[in-house]
Amino acid sequence: MAEKTYLQAISDGLRQELQRDDRVFVIGEDVGVYGGAFKVTLGFQEEFGPWRIIDSPLAETAILGACSGAAMMGMRPVAEMQFADFISCGWDHLVTVAAKQRFRVGTPVPIVVRLPSGGGFSGGPFHSQNPESSFAHIPGLKCVCPATPEDAKGLLVAAIEDPNPVLFFEHKHLYRRIKGEVPDERYVTPIGKARTHREGEDVTVITWGAMVYTADEAAKRLEADDVSVEVIDLRTVMPWDKAAVLASVRKCSKVLVLHEDTRTGGFGGEIAATIAEEAFEDLDAPVKRVCAPDCPVPFSPVLEKAYIPQVDDVVKGLRELAAY
Amino acid sequence: MAVREAEPVGSFNEVREAGLDRDDLLAIYRHLLVTRGIEERGHILYKQGKIPGSFYTGRGNEGAAVGVATAMGPDDVGTPLHRDMGVHVTRGVEPWRIFAQYMGREDGPTRGRDGNVHMADAKLGMIAMVSHLPAMLPVAVGCALAFRIREERRVAVGWFGEGSAARGDAHEAMNLAGVRRLPVVFVCDNNQWAYSTPTHLGYAVEHLADRAAAYGFEGVVVDGTDVLAVYREAKAAIEKAREGGGPTLLELKTLRMEGHAVHDDAFYVPKELFEEWARRDPIERFRTWLFENAELRGEEEDEIAARVKKILNDALTRAEDSPQPDPATLLEGVYATPEDLDTPHHK
Ligand SMILES: Cc1ncc(C[n+]2csc(CCOP(=O)(O)OP(=O)(O)O)c2C)c(N)n1
Ligand SMILES: [Mg+2]
Repeated sequence: MAEKTYLQAISDGLRQELQRDDRVFVIGEDVGVYGGAFKVTLGFQEEFGPWRIIDSPLAETAILGACSGAAMMGMRPVAEMQFADFISCGWDHLVTVAAKQRFRVGTPVPIVVRLPSGGGFSGGPFHSQNPESSFAHIPGLKCVCPATPEDAKGLLVAAIEDPNPVLFFEHKHLYRRIKGEVPDERYVTPIGKARTHREGEDVTVITWGAMVYTADEAAKRLEADDVSVEVIDLRTVMPWDKAAVLASVRKCSKVLVLHEDTRTGGFGGEIAATIAEEAFEDLDAPVKRVCAPDCPVPFSPVLEKAYIPQVDDVVKGLRELAAY
Repeated sequence: MAVREAEPVGSFNEVREAGLDRDDLLAIYRHLLVTRGIEERGHILYKQGKIPGSFYTGRGNEGAAVGVATAMGPDDVGTPLHRDMGVHVTRGVEPWRIFAQYMGREDGPTRGRDGNVHMADAKLGMIAMVSHLPAMLPVAVGCALAFRIREERRVAVGWFGEGSAARGDAHEAMNLAGVRRLPVVFVCDNNQWAYSTPTHLGYAVEHLADRAAAYGFEGVVVDGTDVLAVYREAKAAIEKAREGGGPTLLELKTLRMEGHAVHDDAFYVPKELFEEWARRDPIERFRTWLFENAELRGEEEDEIAARVKKILNDALTRAEDSPQPDPATLLEGVYATPEDLDTPHHK
């Protein structure tokens, strides 16, 4: 056990997998000599050589397509998108080939795509997005969005072990800001199991990724109002832990769904609809969503602050629910 | 590096040097006949209303498909497309399973999950195509990448049509393969049309294979109706890749002898073009070659024809007996389980 940043946890987890399993390799832009845009694979090429830490051309379809082909030949590829945003250039491959091959012909495609995602530092419209809900909509893909260093490592291991294409959304804002205890040994954090980040009784917040910390801050503020807030960290968006969400809804009877992605068609809508279908009788207030508004991620710090859900926005939503 | 235009194949001796004996030649002939037979009967099934959806054939491309597949080694892999039925046949897919696939039955390779030529038997080293073209090229490159990482002497073959060569996937795949000198052979089925679009509206170079130079490897133009020339060039390219010589782009020139699919009468293709290429039918051409060079005699030919007919008849009967898929199983296999990884490839 040692204290590590979220980034270090991902890096160490990946290195361990490369050490223990020859089938695992890394491919992406600038992942070799440079160690990746965020340095997750720093020093890897020295350790594992240029045919396991592969610097690719600037070509997302080639990266992802090659991962699928190699996976079908028995490898366990881990692709790095330089930024999650660029996965749009590989969308077709993931959705058309990787997601459907098992269903169509019985061929599993065990690939992992690492996606540095999320905003908060003026990355602008093309370096800040959280595209997980687009992919959660595609049957055959899994979407993982860890919030803590411990989960980041354990879920990365789970993603590599998983026989399906797994999109691993690692939030850039957590990389160096969040630290936590991470076991040294290998462990697997199961995909599809939520985590109670904070226990509470009056209102529950369902969220994932960096918003877990926003929710936690807001929950602390609500203590002053004598409102006890539960925070459920979904950890994985597809599959998502419906049972844990419904249990928390039944306990608190009021629920706020929070995500950094935009509102319309965001995954929060699916969660809210499921709660309405399956826990309507347990609700004491309408389900509330706090999300980014329906616009591209803006560049200016002032605008971006207005875009990304802030602690104040969550506090406001929680107070409204508490008062309902 | 200029593109090379391959010579036709002449004598039996030349063929022997390329690695084929008389039995191999007769096998090629059989595969050609089975391939065409499957598609002709498929056409009838379609007209009888027994094939849902659409129906595609590779008429005119049989020699190209069988020629390449014959040149592949048993551990080589490939991503054949909708004109490449001959590849599945040559690799050993049982024809009844293809008919079952056409009809959407439980015993088709996709168990009714997908239709027409969207199928492949992974055990035979084949990877099933998707509709989106040429989406399988990057996948073929990935297979080659796995072989390169593990230093295995295996080769991947990626097929594409000349029309789909306009898409970025083709460029990304060839560029990565060229940069890393991966053991992959790109096979362009150039049948002169992409649905109704002629080649001059699809690309601006003289030969599609001219593009190979841009990726740092060799391009070869081959008459796709000459099964033996296709075999010889494919064999050379595959063995070169196996020896670490990197990729090759083979452009196999044919004419798509029918519409894009059954619904299309190909009114936009000049009649004279069909007439000209009908005289170069790959099967007829090879049959004549066998008569002239390999002492194929009427009796032997009849025997082969009878055997092929029986294979096809039996296959049809068996496929028609195959059950419809059970709707209760619809959600099976959307996600893979760990047991699914217990396949020849994922071992
Ligand atoms: C990305 C994509 N766009 C459109 C289509 C529809 N479509 C199917 S086949 C075809 C023509 C393909 O031409 P070519 O690549 O030359 O192959 P051919 O059918 O002639 O063998 C088109 C437009 C498709 N399958 N994929
Ligand atoms: Mg064509």
